[in-house]
Amino acid sequence: MKLYRNLSIKQKQVVWAWTFLAIPVLFYTVIRFYPTFGAIVLSFQEWNLLSDKSWVGLENYQKLFADPVFWKVFKNTFIYLLLGTPISLVISFTIAYHLDKVNFLHATIRALYFLPFMTSAVAMAWLWRWFYQPVPIGLFNNILASLGISQLPFLNSTFSALPSILAPAVWAGLGFQIIIFMAGLRSIPTSYYEAAEIDGVGPFTVLREITIPLLKPTIVFLVVFSSIGFLRIFDQVFNMTTNDPGGPLNSTKPLVLMIYDTAFNAFDMGYAAAQTVVLFTVLLIVSLVQLFVMRERKHG
Amino acid sequence: MADTFDYNKKRIAPAKVIRWTLLALGGIAMVMPIVFMLSTSLKWPHEIYNLKIIPDEPTIENYTYVLEDGRFYQWFWNSLVIATITTISAVIFDSLVGYTLCKFRFRGRMIVFVAILSTLMIPTEMLVIPWYLMAKDFGWLNSYWGIMFPGVMTAFGTFLMKQFFESVPDDFLEAARIDGLNEFQIWWSVAMPLVTPALSALAIFIFLGNWTAFIWPLIVTNDPALYTLPVGLTTFSVEQSVEWELIMTGAALATIPTLIVFLVFQRYIIRGVVMTGLKG
Repeated sequence: MKLYRNLSIKQKQVVWAWTFLAIPVLFYTVIRFYPTFGAIVLSFQEWNLLSDKSWVGLENYQKLFADPVFWKVFKNTFIYLLLGTPISLVISFTIAYHLDKVNFLHATIRALYFLPFMTSAVAMAWLWRWFYQPVPIGLFNNILASLGISQLPFLNSTFSALPSILAPAVWAGLGFQIIIFMAGLRSIPTSYYEAAEIDGVGPFTVLREITIPLLKPTIVFLVVFSSIGFLRIFDQVFNMTTNDPGGPLNSTKPLVLMIYDTAFNAFDMGYAAAQTVVLFTVLLIVSLVQLFVMRERKHG
Repeated sequence: MADTFDYNKKRIAPAKVIRWTLLALGGIAMVMPIVFMLSTSLKWPHEIYNLKIIPDEPTIENYTYVLEDGRFYQWFWNSLVIATITTISAVIFDSLVGYTLCKFRFRGRMIVFVAILSTLMIPTEMLVIPWYLMAKDFGWLNSYWGIMFPGVMTAFGTFLMKQFFESVPDDFLEAARIDGLNEFQIWWSVAMPLVTPALSALAIFIFLGNWTAFIWPLIVTNDPALYTLPVGLTTFSVEQSVEWELIMTGAALATIPTLIVFLVFQRYIIRGVVMTGLKG
């Protein structure tokens, strides 16, 4: 205590700063950094939890890249991203753009769109799974039947299963994106629109020349944020295909489900770790590419 | 001026009505899945095949049946305790670290900040295997702590709070320092009250994230008594297999609490989403 009193104000601040940071620094080291390196190291080893770990060099990666299931899963993961991100952003922007101009019951309508965001993906996966059941159980097929349209296979076909799983993910995420888009729209100074009105510019030109360019930071944020979400999709797939995880015929299996299966059903820890390193690399590259592409356009 | 305005208003009116109607219909369509879930949870098995939203003979039999064995109460309690403790911990630590990195000047500040920020790039899925091994070694499997430990601090929250503390003037802190408050008191009783909206926004996000978290609780628990609500719901639904009215009841039980929270705190939640979304 005496030692502390002799310190200058600056030195006291340093002591306080490191006192505040002591536990957090320990936490981030032990719970974030150490496991990250642990996963990378493990990806060069073979281990089934029971036997001793053994070094296998690049074998896990070689096995992974030679595995047709991995490439199928890799493709699925990107289909989730390439369908999910554009579809959800176009829908949410359209709704936000129009909702922004509506005053009557604005908050109520906004709440309706936002409500699904508050739900748990697991509960909604089971709900939608029921919708997709064949006649006479499933809601969608019952509606189709009552309209005299033939049934759709939804989760039972390798063609339609992936979009069927994607739908509730897109649906539940719309509310968040709409709110963020509307906040972005509100932050555009009205003077731009007033100037455009004086010049007699049509609404479509205003949208293309003013709204979208000025909304770029919001768009970049939502593109990166939702892409990461779709690349990491798991809860919906796991719960909608519990009888045949990632099926039918691996047509819906994303990378995270493959990791889960390899690690916690097959207990092939090294192989699973190699898959997580691939996931990490994919997320990193996709985020960086998106940030780079968006930044380029802003200057161009 | 007034004339022009009225003229425009009249001319645009039909378009406005169409816009409003389409948006309202879209909003209703958005909540229809949830409405059907609630409706089915109130139906007898023979009625789930019809498309009526209001059941002919509504019943709470499904709820009685699902709640009978007490597992849902246990899972609800587990989720509530875990999400609450994690939220309190994360909000306190994230704001403390965010504050320190924002308001203190010391060697190593940037390194700590960049290091914490860089963990945002590491997906949870990459860490679950080492976490599982760690939990196994330390005997944390099937415990509240095992479910909670990865989330007791978040890099996202730290970054967010650092941004928000930028808006707190240094003069306030300096004045408190002259009044003889120590640094902990300055943070807790001067700086923190100035960022309460940010704290509640962060708390909402972290709570919702933990309440709906699935993959990690699924991995770290295999004792049904320690399942969280989402993991419990998965197990329950797999057991029921074709009894959709019971599955919908379970799903409704997992959903209703957050719906109530949303309806009560709607304004704060939406403001919170905007604040975190724009700063983050």
